[in-house]
Amino acid sequence: MKVFNDTRTAFARELGPELRQPAGLLFTMLLPFLFLVLFAPLLSGMAHPSGGGMNTDSPWQWFVPGTLVLLALSATAGAGASLLNEMPSGAFERMLVTPLNRASMIVGRALKEVVILLAQALLILALLLPTDFRLRPLGALAGLALLTVFGIGIGTLSFTLALHSRKQQTLFYGVQQMVFFPLLLLSGVLLPITEASAPSWLYVLSRINPATYVVEAERALFDGRFAEAGVLYGVLAAVAVAVLGVIAGIRGMRNASV
Amino acid sequence: MIHTRGLTRSFHVKGETVEAVRGLDLDIEAGSVVAFLGPNGAGKTTSLRMLTTLLPPTSGTAVVAGHNVLTDPSGVRRRIGYLGQGNSAGSNFRVSDELITQGRAYGLNRTESRARVERLLTALALEGLAKRTVGTLSGGQRRRLDIAMALVHEPELLFLDEPTTGLDPHSRAGIWKHVLRLHKELGTTIVFTTHYLEEADLWARRVMVVDHGRVIADDSPDKLKADLAGDRITLGTADRADAERAAGLARALPAVHEAIADDTEVRVRTPHGDTQLPVLLRNLEVAGVRAVTARLTRPTLDDVFLGLTGRTLRESADATTHDGA
Repeated sequence: MKVFNDTRTAFARELGPELRQPAGLLFTMLLPFLFLVLFAPLLSGMAHPSGGGMNTDSPWQWFVPGTLVLLALSATAGAGASLLNEMPSGAFERMLVTPLNRASMIVGRALKEVVILLAQALLILALLLPTDFRLRPLGALAGLALLTVFGIGIGTLSFTLALHSRKQQTLFYGVQQMVFFPLLLLSGVLLPITEASAPSWLYVLSRINPATYVVEAERALFDGRFAEAGVLYGVLAAVAVAVLGVIAGIRGMRNASV
Repeated sequence: MIHTRGLTRSFHVKGETVEAVRGLDLDIEAGSVVAFLGPNGAGKTTSLRMLTTLLPPTSGTAVVAGHNVLTDPSGVRRRIGYLGQGNSAGSNFRVSDELITQGRAYGLNRTESRARVERLLTALALEGLAKRTVGTLSGGQRRRLDIAMALVHEPELLFLDEPTTGLDPHSRAGIWKHVLRLHKELGTTIVFTTHYLEEADLWARRVMVVDHGRVIADDSPDKLKADLAGDRITLGTADRADAERAAGLARALPAVHEAIADDTEVRVRTPHGDTQLPVLLRNLEVAGVRAVTARLTRPTLDDVFLGLTGRTLRESADATTHDGA
């Protein structure tokens, strides 16, 4: 399978330098740890934000899935930055001249970010095991799979943005911030956004945000609930973002030469 | 190996249309070594980008290594090697990792790719650098690595876009030694761009002079020089009057294109300086004009460019602000 092999080639290339620089990897892995240390104490005294409907009482059950989506957004949104650094040299151009499958080139790159994200997610889950957070293995596995698809989507979109910002690097960082924060704030990761709690315009905006559906699906999955409409919507949203990202990336590459 | 018809590419720059390449018709046969010579912005790089599938043409067709660049880009990509102006290997990567990745990108399996990389590292005098990080290599080493990257899959056609720009003369000679050996051993067709005249002159068997997006001359370096520039004879005389008379006598020779007296110097242009110089000296003696010095200069490709455009390559490079990319 050429697509599979090519994706593996692109992925292995990007992962190589990460594995050869243990110091960088260590800092990346410290991030979830910091998050738990600086955020966990705030949660212990807090009322359950879900307003019921979940199988357990631990506030972690509600916060952790959202946190993973937050990590996914911030980690994979940087996928384009590495490309942006590589474009002024000939390294990216030389890849474009090879017969590597175009979709594989960008998915492979995004997958590298996703693998690091998954390692961070597993670390968070492991650190939470001693708390009252209840890990449901099947649900967690499904949740991480959904996170992978969503991460590929955000990663390839970031990649596309980098392709279009090659002549003006500030464009990349500007647009990325402009998109990242609304996606994050409107997804209900930090505070629940419901019809009752939010002004109607904000609520409507949050319902347009694909990340909202991914967050809700993650919450259901990590709670062990599979047969829910929310899960389906989340999967659809993640797949839609991924398909959009790959298509936009391939189109961007067709005119990628400077 | 390469056939193009009416290949054109224009760019829109600040509301204006810039025609980087205008109607390129190329026929390059397998096994040749061809140079694109011209000032910056002449359209050399844009042409190469179209032929290597990096840039879709605005109009026209191009068939490279038997495959159409528009309808079958992967067919083209599998058969060509490309060395861009930038460095092909990422600076944070290990030398051997990048080479193996490149082999994998062309569908070689890991073992095969490793074996090729071993051979290439030796062939390009890079042994011992396999485990180094690319960013720590010297300019010459990095460029040799780029060439290794372009050769991992043993392409039948190799494109080199300014392969030696920015390198010292020693490294430049090294690069060409390797490239030409590969050409000899594997029969690789080589197409390169350069603005180093002597490289086109020394290494190419066919030179295409490019200016303003058009090929304005196309022949072997020797024929271009003989037909378009000619040799230059420079005579020194004792005084101005002699110089005037000598110029007149030179002009009387049928093979002389031009003879100009400038103070006590006479400059004569002719395609066959080696046979014309003795004739001219004899005629001067018969007419009683004494030549104090006589010098024969063979033309360079810069003279060819000057003859064709009225500008030297160096002037053109300085005058160009838009790098036709």
